[in-house]
Amino acid sequence: MKRFEEAVAVTGIGQSAIGRRLGRSGLSLTVEAALASINDAGLAVSELDGLATFPGEAVDPGLAGCGVWELRDALDLRLRWFQGSPQTSGQLGPFIDACMAVACGLATHVLCFRTVCEASAQRSGGRGEVVGSQFAVSDWRRWLAPFGAPSAANWIALYAQRHFDDYGTTREQLGAIARNARANAMLNPAAVFREPLSIEDYLASRMISTPLCLYDCDVPIDGSTAVIVSARDRSSDRPHDPVYLEAVGCGLTGPFSWDQIDGLTGMAATAAAETMWRRTALGPGDVDVAELYDGFSVLALAWLEALGFCDFGDGGRFVEGGEAIALDGKLPLNTQGGQLSGGRLHGYGMLHEAVVQLRGHGGPRQVRQRPEVAVVSAGGGPFAGCLLLTR
Amino acid sequence: MTAIGGASERQASTHLCRAASRNPSSDDRAVIRPFPVPTDEERAFWTGGADGVLLIYRCATCGRWFHPPGPVCPACHSLEVAPRPVSGRATVWAVTVNHQQWFASLPPPYVVAIVELAEQPGLRMLTNVVGCEPEVVRSGMVVDVAFELLADDLWLPVFRPKVSRP
Repeated sequence: MKRFEEAVAVTGIGQSAIGRRLGRSGLSLTVEAALASINDAGLAVSELDGLATFPGEAVDPGLAGCGVWELRDALDLRLRWFQGSPQTSGQLGPFIDACMAVACGLATHVLCFRTVCEASAQRSGGRGEVVGSQFAVSDWRRWLAPFGAPSAANWIALYAQRHFDDYGTTREQLGAIARNARANAMLNPAAVFREPLSIEDYLASRMISTPLCLYDCDVPIDGSTAVIVSARDRSSDRPHDPVYLEAVGCGLTGPFSWDQIDGLTGMAATAAAETMWRRTALGPGDVDVAELYDGFSVLALAWLEALGFCDFGDGGRFVEGGEAIALDGKLPLNTQGGQLSGGRLHGYGMLHEAVVQLRGHGGPRQVRQRPEVAVVSAGGGPFAGCLLLTR
Repeated sequence: MTAIGGASERQASTHLCRAASRNPSSDDRAVIRPFPVPTDEERAFWTGGADGVLLIYRCATCGRWFHPPGPVCPACHSLEVAPRPVSGRATVWAVTVNHQQWFASLPPPYVVAIVELAEQPGLRMLTNVVGCEPEVVRSGMVVDVAFELLADDLWLPVFRPKVSRP
C-alpha cells in the first residue's frame, strides 16, 4: 500500500514575533505568521484551500490563541478542508491530519498553525490564573487538581523522579538539556532567553516540583507558527526546495489520565515512535538533527529513549555533559533553543526549526553538515506524535 | 480498614489543612482547593471518606480492581462492576514535592504522590502524602489512607506514613 506521506511536502514556513508579553491578540499573531508562511511558499492567499490547528477553540486561557474560523474570516479564505482539534497525536496531530487530507485530494495547500498567548493570559494572575481559575473540576483533571497538582509540572515531575530512582538519572544530566537549549538560543535572535546559563545557575534555580527546577520548565510566551503542507506535485515550483514527509507516528496506549501512566516505557511517545519507524526504511542512525518536544527537560529525554537514540533508562547518560546533543555533536538537539529557552511554541517551533535546518537556513545555529533527515516530536505523558522529514 | 478519629483529628492532622487555616483569606468553608464534580460512578470514591472507607471499583466477573471508576471492566469488559472497600494500605510509587504555589489557599511545600494500592499491582492513584516532613517521602514507603473533608460531602483520600499500632 502506498504511504500517504509520499504525496505531500512542506512548502512554506512562517513565524510571528515571539515574546514574553507582546500584548497582541492571538489573531494578530496568527495573521503575521500565516502571511509570512504564504509568502515563503510563494503562494497567493487565495490559493490556500485548507486550514488546520491545534487545539482549535475554547480550551485553557492562553493555550488556544486562535481558531480556524477566526483566521478564515480574517483572510476571507475559501476552504475545502479544515480542522481544529485538541484530541490528536500530540500538538502535531492537525498537521498530520492535514497531510492526509492533501494526500487524499481534499485540499492542495493547507496552512497549519499553532498560536499561544500564554504569557499575556498570565499577566494579572500568574500561573494560578491559567491552571486554577475554576474550583469545580469536571474533566480529567478532577483526579489531579484536588490534590494540589493542577500542572503538568507536577505530573511530569513524578515521571522524572521515577527515572531518577530507577536509572540513577541526575539533575546535572537534566541540566545538560537545559544548557544545550540555552547555548543554541544564544545563536537564535528569535529566542526569548539568550543569556548564558551555567550549571551553577541551573542547580541554584528554584524548585517547581522536585526534581524539576525552573530551568527544567519551558517558557510561556506569545507567538504563532505557521507551516504550509502542499500536494507533492505542486511543491516543486515554489521558492524554496520542498521538505518531504518520510513518516509520521501516532499512538495512544494506556489510560489518558496522567496519574495512570503504566511505567516509564508506557508514555505515548513509545507507541508514536514505534509507529513512525514501522513506516520507513530509515532508522535512528540516519537522523541528522532532532527537534524534540521539551515542555520539560525530561520529556526530551523521554523522546530520545522512545525514538531509539539510546536505550530506555539511558537518556541521562546520553545527554550528560552535552557533547552528544550539541550543534556539532552526533545528534544536534533543539537547535533553535527548544521551548526551554526559545519559548513554548507548543510543538510547532520544533517543526519550523526542522524545516529551517533541512533548508540550510539556520545561520549561526545551522548544523554544519547540512542535515538530510530531521525528526520532530510533540507531546508528553499520554499523548504524542512524531514526524520524520527529509530534503 | 484504616480509619482515623473524628473530624477534628482529621482536620488537624495534615499539613494541607493546617496550611489552610493559616490563610487569613480562607473562610469557614471546607473548600480550600479545586473539588471534583463526581459522576454517579465516581461518587463512592469521593464520599467514602465520611465512613473512613476508600472505595475502588472491582469487577465481579474477573476480580480485577480498576481506577478511575467506570462502567465496564477494562480487563474482561464485564459490566458487573461496583465500588468495593479496599484495605487503605498502599506503597508510594512515585513522588514529587511541589514547591510552586498554584492556589492561594494551598501553600507549598507539599507532597504529590502516585501510590499503588495493596490490593493489586498497577492499581494506582494520585494523592498527597501528609503527616510527615515532605522530604522524607520516598518510593517504596508504605502508607495508609486518611481522609480530609473537601467540600460538603466530598472527602479527599490522602495517605500517611504507616505507623505501627498495638
